[in-house]
Amino acid sequence: MPKITIDRERCKGCQLCVIYCPKGLIKPESRLNKKGIQPVMFLEGAAAKRRGAASGSNCTGCKFCALICPDGAVEVYR
Amino acid sequence: MDKIFTKPKSLRDIPTHYCPGCGHGVAHRLVCEVVDELDIREKVIGVTPIGCAVIAYDYWEFDCCEAAHGRALAVATGIKRMRPHNLVFTYQGDGDLAAIGTAETIHAANRGENLTVIFINNAVYGMTGGQMAPTTLLEQKTATTPLGRCAKLEGYPLKISELLSCLPGVYSIERVSTDSPAKVLSAKKAIKQAFINQMEGKGFSLVEILSACPTYLGLKPIDSVKWMAETMTKEFPLGKIK
Repeated sequence: MPKITIDRERCKGCQLCVIYCPKGLIKPESRLNKKGIQPVMFLEGAAAKRRGAASGSNCTGCKFCALICPDGAVEVYR
Repeated sequence: MDKIFTKPKSLRDIPTHYCPGCGHGVAHRLVCEVVDELDIREKVIGVTPIGCAVIAYDYWEFDCCEAAHGRALAVATGIKRMRPHNLVFTYQGDGDLAAIGTAETIHAANRGENLTVIFINNAVYGMTGGQMAPTTLLEQKTATTPLGRCAKLEGYPLKISELLSCLPGVYSIERVSTDSPAKVLSAKKAIKQAFINQMEGKGFSLVEILSACPTYLGLKPIDSVKWMAETMTKEFPLGKIK
């Protein structure tokens, strides 16, 4: 199954990936990173359902998040 | 499982100093992706501007040269004429290319220098604290136009791409944006074409990249990309200009 990884120390919390993820699988994290910024996290499986993503929606590896990320914090696997 | 997207090799693995949501990060990455794809890392020489991107050479793993404010195209002309086999590009913001460096820009374009120009237009002066730039839109509030830019007092937004397109020395001009993933892809295509033009000796190619400056627009990054898509692209229509 395709997935992404987000470098939480590199993320500056602009949340552009959050609005462009077509499946709604990226959400702001509740913890802060070392710089005191609220990074985003990738939701998989049960966590995705708990955070309100549509049921049965999985990452398709469309790369939208990686293309829009100004900080190169996203890596995509497929 | 294969890694299908990661940072390009030409982009150094250090965090940038740009604000959250700044378009420079995307533009830097696109330049590096094009350099990697065309396999020109050993041949390319970048000329960096004064502005927010002043230390772009810290992020790029290829040769770079810093120019005085606005003079990037004059420096690039010198490099290209002495080293015609190298690929020379300038990376300039609107304060650099369209304000203090207007003379150098127009004359380099008029001479038809075989250069690639990456022009970042964010409609505001970022590095100096959000003052009005020549490209600031009418009624846009900045530090020096607190009531909004007024045409009577401050003039109209300077459309440098349209201005240059009437010069016979210019080969190609394209305006692209970084406000959505699809537009980022077309921006990359335009940058790649601009480098290919130089490799084929076609002449002066400019790519104007509309970029967000959330800090000095006074908007959240999410709102600033919406502002770009709805307001900025009306004043600066996207597409091939020449």
